[in-house]
Amino acid sequence: MLTDQERELETLDIHVNVGPQHPATHGVFRMVLTVSGEKVVDVVPHIGYMHRGAEKLSEGMDYRQALIYQDRTEYLAQFNAELCYCLAVEKLAGLEVPERAEYIRVILTELNRITSHYMFVGAFATDIGVYGTAFTYAFREREYIQEIFDAVSGDRMMYGYFRPGGVVWDVTDDFKDRVRWVCGQTRVGIDDIDRLLTKNEIFLTRCLDIGVISKEDAIDYGLSGPMLRACGLPFDLRRAEPYSIYDRFQFDIPTGTRGDVYDRYLVRMEEMRQSVRIVEQALEEMPDGPIMPEKAPRRLRLPPGEVYMRTENPRGEYGIYLVSKGGEKPYRLKIRSSCLSNLTALKQMVVGHYVADAVVILGSVDIVLGEVDR
Amino acid sequence: MSALESFFDNVWVDALWRLLAVLGLMVIVVLALTYVERKFIARIQMRLGPMRTGPYGIMQPIADMVKILLKEDLRPASADRIAFELAPFLAFVPVFLTLLALPFTAKWDVRVLDLGLLYFIAVSGLTVLGYVFAGWASDNKYALIGALRTAAQLISYEVPLVLAVLALSMLAGSLNLVDIVEKQGRVPFIVWQPLGFFLFMAAAVSDLSRRPFDVAAAESEVAGGPWIEFSGIRWSILYALTEYTNMFALCVLGSLIFLGGWDWPLGLKWGWWWQLALIFTKTSVLILVVMWVNATFPRIRVDQLMSLCWKLLLPLAFVQIFLNGLILVYGWPDWTFLLTSGLGLAAAGYIIYSVIPVGAPSRIVARSNA
Repeated sequence: MLTDQERELETLDIHVNVGPQHPATHGVFRMVLTVSGEKVVDVVPHIGYMHRGAEKLSEGMDYRQALIYQDRTEYLAQFNAELCYCLAVEKLAGLEVPERAEYIRVILTELNRITSHYMFVGAFATDIGVYGTAFTYAFREREYIQEIFDAVSGDRMMYGYFRPGGVVWDVTDDFKDRVRWVCGQTRVGIDDIDRLLTKNEIFLTRCLDIGVISKEDAIDYGLSGPMLRACGLPFDLRRAEPYSIYDRFQFDIPTGTRGDVYDRYLVRMEEMRQSVRIVEQALEEMPDGPIMPEKAPRRLRLPPGEVYMRTENPRGEYGIYLVSKGGEKPYRLKIRSSCLSNLTALKQMVVGHYVADAVVILGSVDIVLGEVDR
Repeated sequence: MSALESFFDNVWVDALWRLLAVLGLMVIVVLALTYVERKFIARIQMRLGPMRTGPYGIMQPIADMVKILLKEDLRPASADRIAFELAPFLAFVPVFLTLLALPFTAKWDVRVLDLGLLYFIAVSGLTVLGYVFAGWASDNKYALIGALRTAAQLISYEVPLVLAVLALSMLAGSLNLVDIVEKQGRVPFIVWQPLGFFLFMAAAVSDLSRRPFDVAAAESEVAGGPWIEFSGIRWSILYALTEYTNMFALCVLGSLIFLGGWDWPLGLKWGWWWQLALIFTKTSVLILVVMWVNATFPRIRVDQLMSLCWKLLLPLAFVQIFLNGLILVYGWPDWTFLLTSGLGLAAAGYIIYSVIPVGAPSRIVARSNA
């Protein structure tokens, strides 16, 4: 039994509610931290604030229309999500994609990986406490690529440019020149951010050995993408199960050694450089020709069956499980979210660290809430 | 003696107009610094900054002020009313008081105190009270965490600040700011005390709660810290007025005691306008350095902040005092100050850069399919 005086002096852990409206939660994520002083004792994540029922809504759309929900789900790597959906539909429909369309898709998808990682670097640096400088650096570079997307698809965010079977219209005439220029610019831009952050002493002290997760745990949690590769596993779906035309390109798979926040940052920086390499190779080989199959049906009807397609998105393995019972609409469309799986390891990574580290670790997971909640 | 002159010789009138002059100076400084900071950081971040209000947005501070004055002054229902309303003034008044002891030229000052330096340090240390009040009274967990951080940080960093200034006053042999400036003559104290200057600036940046030491307000962690529940004019007093005035005061102090004030360089006696120009230039340089650091560095964690203070800055400050004492007692030549203090600064740099294992490029293993 505690005496009255002891009870008065007893220290209690306090609960701090971070989110859903907090500068560091990257959208509408909410985590309830139990803190003892500055140390995190427990964390309870709450998701679902951005649930819009994209999967269910897709069931009411035909296969062409359902594509737009991919943009709205994964709103930072839209082309990657569109590609995964298109590949799933094509696999079930048995559609042959023309060469030119494949190359256009790969170029745009890899450029989108770069913009997504730029977004990560900017937001991550802001989480660590840079006063927006890394953010503006990253966004300037991102903007060059964004302009290409705008020119090609006619939209800055919700592209809706890929179609099952190819792409909706051909790219602009100056596409090759612009992409070539952007590749050079991106190399410079990555180096700029590199010089600003990578070897900064404060950045290192904040990142090294924070949020470490072991290789075995990473597999158990089902982590994927840079989170997994930072642990030292060279697992990249572009290499492991090459889809589209990824088996034609030369690129490295960067892996970390310790699986901490710093490794995740480094892996993403290196992935951007590798994406530039892929884009440059694809530009060299890009043929002329049609962008949709000759005999593309005007109304796409899929045979009954089911298919699971997974692609390597900037945040990890993005999967589409598609069930068709015949007809124009999907019977069921399930999205395997990479961020949701990555987020499950949050508690293991955060507990025991400081409050400030919790924010940094959350930033290093690089979540897109649209994709987590769907 | 005319009636007007005798009117101004009245003690109360004299005190009043000097106070009003300082108040006016402060308002101008705050308005100017908000604009300068926004523009300067915008340049660093490849933005334009404010451009719409007046040419190059120079009317932006006025617009901001009007907006802040018109804003609703909110107070949480569960807040401790007295402490909440007192907090902005508790934070602001000490900063205002520090301005009273600063000479801007050999003749322009409110009061030159014999213990001016001590007064400055002592009074500016009181600001922390306002932040703690604000954090406690807000009844907000972020504010509370922020306030506790501020309390720990400001009290800790006050120590190396005092010691660095103390080491300097050993050289000057005085705590009177005018005397310290006159003492520097041809060589400013930054040359003899590079380590002291480093300690002073580090502690000053921490005192101002700016990056890399802005753990109290940390936007991405505690979302504004003690200021989170304040709005309108209260927020303006607690944050903008206090922070910018404090920044100005500390940078004026730095330019007086380390950069030779109004005497150095050249030792020209061209009159008050030349002295004012020198002080203005030196203060501006220091302010811009603080803003530059603020714009480019990440924030260090609160435990790292503490260990940096107690394990590195504090011992170094003692080393500086010890070295100065040694040289003064044995009467060694002046250049030994530079030698020893410079070596101390080099040691500081070495410690900072060697404690942390750097392995950036070697940590990434690339697997190629070639």
